[in-house]
Amino acid sequence: MSEPQEIIPIGKNELVGIVAGLFAEGHRLVQISCTTLECAYELNYSFDKNYRFKNLRFTVTQEEEIQSISVIYPNAFLYENEIHDLFGLTIKNMTVDYHGTLYRTAIKTPYSIENCRVPAPPKPKGEKPQERGKAEANPQQPEASKQPKE
Amino acid sequence: MAHRNIIPLGPQHPVLLEPIHFDLVTEDETVVDAVPSISYVHRGLERLVEKRDFNDFVHVADRICGLCSIQHAMGYCQAVEAVMGIEVPERALYLRTIWAELGRIHSHIFWLGVAADGFGYESLFMQSMRLREVVLDIIEETTGARIIFGVCKVGGVRRDIDPETLKGIVQRLTTLGVDLEELTAVFINDYGIKHRLEGVGFISKEDAYTLGCVGPLARASGFDTDMRTIGYAAYPHLDVEPMLEQSGDCYGRCLVRIREIFQSIDLIRQAAGKIPEGPIDVKVKGTPNGEYFSRVEQPRGEVIHYVKGNGSKFLQRFRVRVPTFTNIPAMIKIMKGSQVADIPNIIITLDPCISCTER
Repeated sequence: MSEPQEIIPIGKNELVGIVAGLFAEGHRLVQISCTTLECAYELNYSFDKNYRFKNLRFTVTQEEEIQSISVIYPNAFLYENEIHDLFGLTIKNMTVDYHGTLYRTAIKTPYSIENCRVPAPPKPKGEKPQERGKAEANPQQPEASKQPKE
Repeated sequence: MAHRNIIPLGPQHPVLLEPIHFDLVTEDETVVDAVPSISYVHRGLERLVEKRDFNDFVHVADRICGLCSIQHAMGYCQAVEAVMGIEVPERALYLRTIWAELGRIHSHIFWLGVAADGFGYESLFMQSMRLREVVLDIIEETTGARIIFGVCKVGGVRRDIDPETLKGIVQRLTTLGVDLEELTAVFINDYGIKHRLEGVGFISKEDAYTLGCVGPLARASGFDTDMRTIGYAAYPHLDVEPMLEQSGDCYGRCLVRIREIFQSIDLIRQAAGKIPEGPIDVKVKGTPNGEYFSRVEQPRGEVIHYVKGNGSKFLQRFRVRVPTFTNIPAMIKIMKGSQVADIPNIIITLDPCISCTER
């Protein structure tokens, strides 16, 4: 049986305001996670109240800064340091900042776009061979993401 | 103001079975701050989804941790099944539940042993480990392995348990329950243990909630959280009540785990009585295209397996949020204000699982 789950797309700049509202309503911060996309990162902030699961979602590029929510939820600092160390994203105003030393990794930011390979989606059926060749060469995908350094 | 010292604790320490480090900032004998350090053995298992297809990856999920093996495999499979819309046969859900509760019993009895060793009760440690063998034998007979279950797969389970064996398991667990009552009476009533645990390592219900605590740590403070009540696997058909204590101290956490062992024995008895006949798996067609956050109750609390696929046989993202990771901020809170001599007991009763944390 699948649990009903809500995913709410938000803007990056709305994050702190919405999270403060959820804190005031009595939501528990369950987790913060990040997913590497082809050219960006997708962040999920998960909350729970009375076993109702809710996610806030937004997408950022490598250069964009994210505001920390550790002032609102004190336990957020671990997730934020994790995202900083593994994905290389910059998170501003963390209450506890490990400055990149929370994770000891063989390579820096192992989950970043440069190091992480995003699998190619399956090709549509009935596609002609010459078109397939074109589909494989995705101009948006950086060269580094096709060939991981590891 | 007293002079401040920093006492390093870990990554190797008698009460730490796995590597985690704390810098304890002390004033005289009081800890005023604690700075945790993790990732001594981080494995980066989440990125193996790039090299193992979604079916094979169950074996990786199974091996994230020895004490929570079945819950990791189950959580991962549930997530993939939810994405792909797979209806798992009811018998397979019951079998998963039975194995999950066996895993909880063996983890909690192992914790009793480790705790006894930490308190200096050597014979109690040996007795705990002796009783744990009963559960490990059952796991070995039904799955073929003692620690890593390896029975879950996307779409069901790999092995069945016949009715006679199930009956035998319930009988053996009933006998184990009698032995455990004798063993746990020492943990509950012994003056020395109570003296060292009562009123030590306190965290209030409000702090437990705000800091995102899960599992026995949260329930010992009266925070009602147990993912089994959301109704995954066969739990909707079983009587599951979160085991709550109100004291919020080390002793409360000890009591919660003891009561959960007996609850798990009862859940297995219920499941063995209700398990339906039928197939144990379904054929899996297609590839995952979508995403899902699967929530499962491990022995240490809520674990989240996030799966995202784009139709390829390799997943785009697999993420595990383990209970120990989310309990670290509460560990820091509990340590602040505690006596240095109490820190080992506090860490033991928090039951950190670094193998999960270093996924």
